[in-house]
Amino acid sequence: MDNKSNPWRKDFPILDQKVNDEDLVYLDNAATTQKPQAVIDAISDFYSNDNANVHRGVHTLAERSTEEFEAAREKIQKFINAESSEEIIYTKGTTDSLNIVARSYGQSNIEAGDEIVISYLEHHSNLVPWQQLAIQKHATLKYIDLTDDGFVDLKDAKKQITDKTKIVSIAHVSNVMGVENPVKEIAKIAHQHGAIMVVDGAQSVPHMPVDVQDLDCDFLAFSGHKMLGPTGIGVLYGKKDLLNAMPPVDFGGEMINFVHLQDTSWTDLPWKFEAGTPNIAGAIVLGKAIDYLNEIGMDKIQSYESELVDYVLPKILAIPDVTVYGPSDPKKHTSVISFNLNGLHPHDLATGLDMEGVAVRAGHHCAQPLMTYLGLSATARASFYLYNTKEDADKLVDAIIATKEFFKDGTI
Amino acid sequence: MALSKMDNLYRQVILDHSAHPHHHGKLDDSTNEIELKNPTCGDVLQLDVKVDDNKITDIAFSGYGCTISQASASMMTDAVMDKTVDQAEDMVEAFSDMILGEKSNTDILEDSAVLKGVSQFPARIKCATLAWKALHKALNKE
Ligand SMILES: Cc1ncc(COP(=O)(O)O)c(C=O)c1O
Repeated sequence: MDNKSNPWRKDFPILDQKVNDEDLVYLDNAATTQKPQAVIDAISDFYSNDNANVHRGVHTLAERSTEEFEAAREKIQKFINAESSEEIIYTKGTTDSLNIVARSYGQSNIEAGDEIVISYLEHHSNLVPWQQLAIQKHATLKYIDLTDDGFVDLKDAKKQITDKTKIVSIAHVSNVMGVENPVKEIAKIAHQHGAIMVVDGAQSVPHMPVDVQDLDCDFLAFSGHKMLGPTGIGVLYGKKDLLNAMPPVDFGGEMINFVHLQDTSWTDLPWKFEAGTPNIAGAIVLGKAIDYLNEIGMDKIQSYESELVDYVLPKILAIPDVTVYGPSDPKKHTSVISFNLNGLHPHDLATGLDMEGVAVRAGHHCAQPLMTYLGLSATARASFYLYNTKEDADKLVDAIIATKEFFKDGTI
Repeated sequence: MALSKMDNLYRQVILDHSAHPHHHGKLDDSTNEIELKNPTCGDVLQLDVKVDDNKITDIAFSGYGCTISQASASMMTDAVMDKTVDQAEDMVEAFSDMILGEKSNTDILEDSAVLKGVSQFPARIKCATLAWKALHKALNKE
């Protein structure tokens, strides 16, 4: 499919520009996605027409903004098939969501000698909060091994998760390895041992249908900005019983029931975890992003992306001296493709691609333990979304080959 | 061809230094050592400096990084060899000014002055300055 026949691309004004005199090919969607006009307009609409603080005023604007704010919560609830909108907590993003689980559930449930189990492919935001909790509580942080293809290994999960394990936290889709992990199966194992299952959905929720009841996960974290929405807004889903039993982490306005001079009672879910004036516009506009995604359908987005992977992955693999990380079977590979050109540092590769208008990420992708595990310092990474096309894929492949040629004599 | 814009960044001497770095390795008798990381990309640079009577009498670097950071380290070690600590600090400042596109005394930088082209690639400035930052830190470490 070329750029013109992609039905969604025209909705994203930023894509229509030149970078270094070349047409922009935006392939850094795992870092953040671009926004459709409907989302960009919604920000301006809200501030032009409906802006007021939520849950506070009796005036009409306050009512209107509160209604939209809570309506967006219900959209999110349906989007991930949560049982109730009380289970949807607005946060700043995935990092914030995971920190809330660590600081609230973790602080009150982890004791010395307990185990927290993650994997070698976790993003720092699903690693450092658990590591710090483990240090503080004298608990043990354990890592599940990866298969040769780069998946979190179910066999090893069965070994690492024991009756001492209290928390298991795994990325649903990796931001480096291009794999979808068997989180549903891992959740089963966790539950058999009485542990809770946390899923980092930063890279899955934007790209495929995610059903929290089907996964039977206890918590799910994701970010608005990776799914066409604004930065600074994200979601923590949690099972109601767990959230009800958990203490709040931030204190102040909005989250109280009644404040006395010497003590305070907390308000109900979900507001118990939303102290202070929240990111009102962000939440409402995330709702618009979800409308946009729903209109297309998450099934369709997933199958469109896998078609792109079918097309581009073999082409990248066919370039001599290129190493691709994760599965080489396109059927098993998600639209996040990490690779290296042997003998060339990924920074130099990314600068070359940038000169050709192709935006990719180069670095450790906030996954230094994974880089160490793979014996690398960094990789380049191209990540696709619904507005990318086979034309983009061809430009990426051509740019890799051109950069390889440029550096062919004299590199590291 | 847009890649030709990189000619200014990847001059032949830069590619040569990166492919065959000078003063690469470790010193047995260093007086000042430092390990510096570029946290945004994970690159690591170890720098061993031997200062004798306020003069840099030997220097070596190791670690891993991109073409620009390796070449910059190699050229830096050439440039500061046998210089006094004060001269080296002047060079650190001149290099930083040059890379940020400010007025700079590039004459004292010797080969390193060819990295001036990096100033047009903001995303790569940190790669070029890593070695010079490491030198500054190593010289100011007690
Ligand atoms: C797998 C994964 N987890 C967590 C995060 C953190 O997301 P955020 O920076 O939006 O909090 C990211 C994004 O970089 C990610 O890819």
